[in-house]
Amino acid sequence: MKFVKFLLVGIFFGIVLVKSEAVSWYRIFEMFKFQSFHMYGIIGSAVFLGALGIWLFKKLEVKNIEGTKINLVPKEKSILRYILGGTIFGFGWALAGACPGPMYILLGTGVTSMLLVIAAAIFGTFVYGVLKDKLPH
Amino acid sequence: MEFIQQPWPWYVSGPLIAMVMLMLVFFGKTFGMSSNLRTLCSIGGAGKYADFFRFDWKAQKWNLTVVLGAIIGGFIAVQFLSNGSVIELNPQTVSDLKALGFENAGATLLPNEIYDWDSVLTLKGFSILVIAGFLVGFGTRYGGGCTSGHAISGLSNLQLPSLIAVIGFFIGGLIMTHFLLPLIFKI
Repeated sequence: MKFVKFLLVGIFFGIVLVKSEAVSWYRIFEMFKFQSFHMYGIIGSAVFLGALGIWLFKKLEVKNIEGTKINLVPKEKSILRYILGGTIFGFGWALAGACPGPMYILLGTGVTSMLLVIAAAIFGTFVYGVLKDKLPH
Repeated sequence: MEFIQQPWPWYVSGPLIAMVMLMLVFFGKTFGMSSNLRTLCSIGGAGKYADFFRFDWKAQKWNLTVVLGAIIGGFIAVQFLSNGSVIELNPQTVSDLKALGFENAGATLLPNEIYDWDSVLTLKGFSILVIAGFLVGFGTRYGGGCTSGHAISGLSNLQLPSLIAVIGFFIGGLIMTHFLLPLIFKI
């Protein structure tokens, strides 16, 4: 089953995010208050090693399991959509204390009220999709 | 086992998150959790209302599988791999939160003041979660990604758009934490 590996990656991701406390509302609050290095250490070391890994993949021309050379699609160029969308996301992130990954993980930890946040996030995505052509990008 | 049951320090967690991202790249995919929200819209029939949702969502089944795994991972982590220890927040954070009406900060992953059903079933509590979720869902698609897609994947691939998005995350997060949370929770 080709989906088993994705299930395992997901399980691993969920465990890491709980054990790192990155799913904690309090840790997000503390981060935005600049009162702890914890979250900056997590994101910083993930990006540092992630960048090293991607660089090595490209440098060594590593092929993925589908047999094609690893090639990440660049993000489309713009400033406005990233700064506006990012800021709106930031409001929600600091209020809910959870971004789209942790929302699901926290549901798994037994926080049933997270279903309401997930439903609202799906609705928010829906409203974006409907308004997309009217928004500056 | 004792090490596993304690909270993991940043220098263990960060590299493991990088591994998650690199594994997905090696599997021919990308690490981005918010895309699933769009997929769920499509499955629910949102294609009737906007072109944005008319795409082959079946090609995203792998990512929904990651979500399923993440839910299971959350369950395993709290049921079998935790010792119930309190989150070691900065004492200043704890007292700042106390001033906002949050008791026992760090005793649970999430504050009962926001996520407990007793709080959620008040007009204020309900509004907080719905508005927060809406902003996350709307903002992440408008900005083209969330923490996994921009902050981890995008920055690792040295994408300038992702850096701009992360700056946006912080503009929003800082305004919320420093100016709006005090207004929301002091009243």
